[in-house]
Amino acid sequence: MATAAEIAEHAKAQDIRSRWLLSAPALLIIFFAAIGPLFVMVVYSVMAKGEFGDVKFGQFSSDGWFNVLFERDIFDDTLSLADANLVVLWRSIQLSLITTVATLLLGFPTAYFISTRPEDKRELWLFLITIPFWTNILIRTFAMQEVIRNEGIINSVLMGLHLVDSPVQIMFTDWATLFGMIYVFFPLMVLPIYASMEKLDFRLVEAGYDLYATRFRVLWRVIIPLVKPGIVAGSILVFIPALGSYVVPNVLGGGKHMMLGNLIALQFSKGQNWPLGAALSITLMVFVTLALIVYVRNASKAGGGHGR
Amino acid sequence: MAANPAKVFAVKAQPGFGFIALFCFFMLYLPIATLVFYAFNAGVSVAAWEGFSLRWFESAWANSAVQEAALRSFLVACFAALLATVAATMAAVATTRTEPYRGLTFKYAFINQPLMVPEIVTAVALLIVFSRIKVWTGYSGMGYILAAHTAFCIPFAYLPIRARLENMDLTLERAAADLYAPPWQAFRRVTLPLLWPGILAGFMLAFVISLDDVVITEFVKSGGQETLPTYMLGQLRRQVTPEINAISTVFLGISVLLVTVFFFLNRKKS
Repeated sequence: MATAAEIAEHAKAQDIRSRWLLSAPALLIIFFAAIGPLFVMVVYSVMAKGEFGDVKFGQFSSDGWFNVLFERDIFDDTLSLADANLVVLWRSIQLSLITTVATLLLGFPTAYFISTRPEDKRELWLFLITIPFWTNILIRTFAMQEVIRNEGIINSVLMGLHLVDSPVQIMFTDWATLFGMIYVFFPLMVLPIYASMEKLDFRLVEAGYDLYATRFRVLWRVIIPLVKPGIVAGSILVFIPALGSYVVPNVLGGGKHMMLGNLIALQFSKGQNWPLGAALSITLMVFVTLALIVYVRNASKAGGGHGR
Repeated sequence: MAANPAKVFAVKAQPGFGFIALFCFFMLYLPIATLVFYAFNAGVSVAAWEGFSLRWFESAWANSAVQEAALRSFLVACFAALLATVAATMAAVATTRTEPYRGLTFKYAFINQPLMVPEIVTAVALLIVFSRIKVWTGYSGMGYILAAHTAFCIPFAYLPIRARLENMDLTLERAAADLYAPPWQAFRRVTLPLLWPGILAGFMLAFVISLDDVVITEFVKSGGQETLPTYMLGQLRRQVTPEINAISTVFLGISVLLVTVFFFLNRKKS
């Protein structure tokens, strides 16, 4: 006869089995249309490129990865660094970092402002941040274009004040991409910082002032350390999608100011070099994963430091 | 003696913060306001005002390419959000209110994975796989877009449903079980009605995410499968007329409406 322990064990095993069954549809869909293809892409990155896109199935080649950093001259077979790719890679990292810092410098005071409003007003301010956040990225990018184009608001104001005689060319430069990314990713910085700030105990701030700290010292030594988890989360939430941007540099930066996302897309359209595109995608994934590792480490450190 | 309220030390003040915040709010809405403003322009320019008119809304409404793309976007968003919500609800029930079991962390990581990968990477990976399947099976219908959308909508639908489940009171379900309700009946009569706001929130999030997607759709779509965002992306690369502003304005209105409903749904909960 089965003992009570055996029956309990059996019930538990059955429970776990039904839990796997229940989660199967979600896991299968994500495997088929999100995770699985990433593995296929790894395989494609080590195949020979086809004549008109695609790959020569079953023919292995390291050219895809090789071409990420080097290019072989088609005439004399000499090797050189693939300047174009490196420029794009460097631009992507640079613009994403600047975007992260700029959204932090603007987003921190904004989150602080919202969290210091009277309680019943906070939700409204927060709502004002959330609306652009849920607006289509394409619409926001287009809206930015309205502002920075040669006939746009910025240039109208500058010319109206006679500060410049001819419009300042912002569209189709790195500045355009930068402005667009700051605009588009700003809410992603504010929301997590606000979430941390909301829990901030202002008695600690008051204690700082009681001990004759200046405003800046309180900010630097009390407030910022306490909301650090939010700052780290916001920075990661901005940096990762910024690094993988496609829409913003595509519309605002134009063809000559590509970021990594556009370079990848190019390999699958005009470039017709799928293995290189796959290798570049994996490169992008590696950078994103590194950023995530930094985040996880920081998050656990910040969590432990405050005894939470 | 009462302290003069003006001289009370403002603990929460930081110099310049209010100014920066208000500047940011202004800059956040200036571009959107401009975009909406020129949607009502009578002229063909998106930069020079020539008087008020609704002609661009009319021309967008009459444009069959816009109609088709909008209808396709709507249908894809409905079906993808529905499938994602059903799958996410089942997964949420399977991953909450249990002792940790082998594979639980794996499930979390798996379900949230689409959030971790840059969209462009998922997009080209799907392009690779789907184009191969297209060659093998000859099928090039809407199934690919639908599958892709459902996959990246699942984590968005999953989050609010799981949150709702975790905050839910267990006593009612226990009472149902004590009264010999079979698990399915207990779920249908007790858990599901309590879970409903979470499911609705999950569905709406998934719907908005699907409706907004540009990058993945752009790479997965076959010829003649434009959704509204990919149609707009194509137009932006050409000469823009205020018709794009008009489409954007309507799109924006729908988003704002959905966010407002979502906002109030969530507020009621807390």
